[in-house]
Amino acid sequence: MRAAGITSRAHPLWLAYILHRLSGLGLALFLPFHFWILSLALTNPARLNGFLAFTDIGAVKLAEFGLVFLLAVHMFGGLRLMAMEWLPWTPPQKTLAAGATALSFLIATLFLMQAV
Amino acid sequence: MKAHMLKVTIERGPDSRDVFDVPAHESQTVLDVVSWVQQNADPTLSYRFACRVGMCGSCAMMVNGVPRWTCRTHMSKVLKDNAVTIGPLRNLPVVKDLVVDMDPFFDKWVGAEGVHHGSLTRDDPIAAIDETSETRVEANAGIECINCSVCYAACDTVAGNADYLGPAALQRAWTLLNDAKDEGRVAILDAVSGSGGCHNCHSMGSCTTYCPNDLDPMTAIAGLKRETAKSFFRRGR
Repeated sequence: MRAAGITSRAHPLWLAYILHRLSGLGLALFLPFHFWILSLALTNPARLNGFLAFTDIGAVKLAEFGLVFLLAVHMFGGLRLMAMEWLPWTPPQKTLAAGATALSFLIATLFLMQAV
Repeated sequence: MKAHMLKVTIERGPDSRDVFDVPAHESQTVLDVVSWVQQNADPTLSYRFACRVGMCGSCAMMVNGVPRWTCRTHMSKVLKDNAVTIGPLRNLPVVKDLVVDMDPFFDKWVGAEGVHHGSLTRDDPIAAIDETSETRVEANAGIECINCSVCYAACDTVAGNADYLGPAALQRAWTLLNDAKDEGRVAILDAVSGSGGCHNCHSMGSCTTYCPNDLDPMTAIAGLKRETAKSFFRRGR
């Protein structure tokens, strides 16, 4: 890469792209492990219980938040990409759609905060 | 001349950069700075420009890592701690200093069938065009491209795949596909659905973000993705 570096990546569209890719990569690494653990329910229940005991640890709970975050980010990233590429939006429509998504996310978060 | 000096770093090769002290002026553009260096500090500095007013598209360079028309970029906009780094456009072979070889860029323009596919002769009457039709509006959205290669330099997909046609060429293909006077539909769809075609695009959007003419190649490429997919499912019809 050339000396000046590429600072031209610092914009929302590129960040959305990289978030989608990295979350996908994270899930791809995690899922085989996840399915293997689930398979223990059939092959080795005692070992599964051992793994389930881990979920009481705070750090593991935090990591689970991370996984749910990855899943959510990846799903919305994919929906965003499909909507953007397969529907002939005009720029104002894109802005409106992004605004509506942000607003509904805000309201959903408010409800969540109230529940907690 | 003001006492105020700017620290200007110019990339002249992969590992070679020269630093110049350039006097600051009001309303000074990046091109003014490059010209000052060539005229007053180092006459061997090579760079390219023509119109100086954002019409010709020949003065694009990387300014602090962002592709820009240097003639339409004020120094006040890009200075960081009174300094700026200027380099040749990304994704194109460097001829010398700030001059890049634009051939790959223009070859891809033709590779994407960005040429007129006419069916009439000069003896035919001029076909009437409905300026308000959906396809004409779509075509008009992209015709102000002046081939400056800023989008091409901004695109990471171009950087990673030498065969990728790039945003400018694909946008021109989309413009022609929507042009009632162009008869190249099959040729265009063929050209843009190949291995270097529109489906390589990851919708990173740097093309649209940095186009100095406020064009939207990313949306044009999305249009090509839809049209090539439709054509595939209809088996070319």
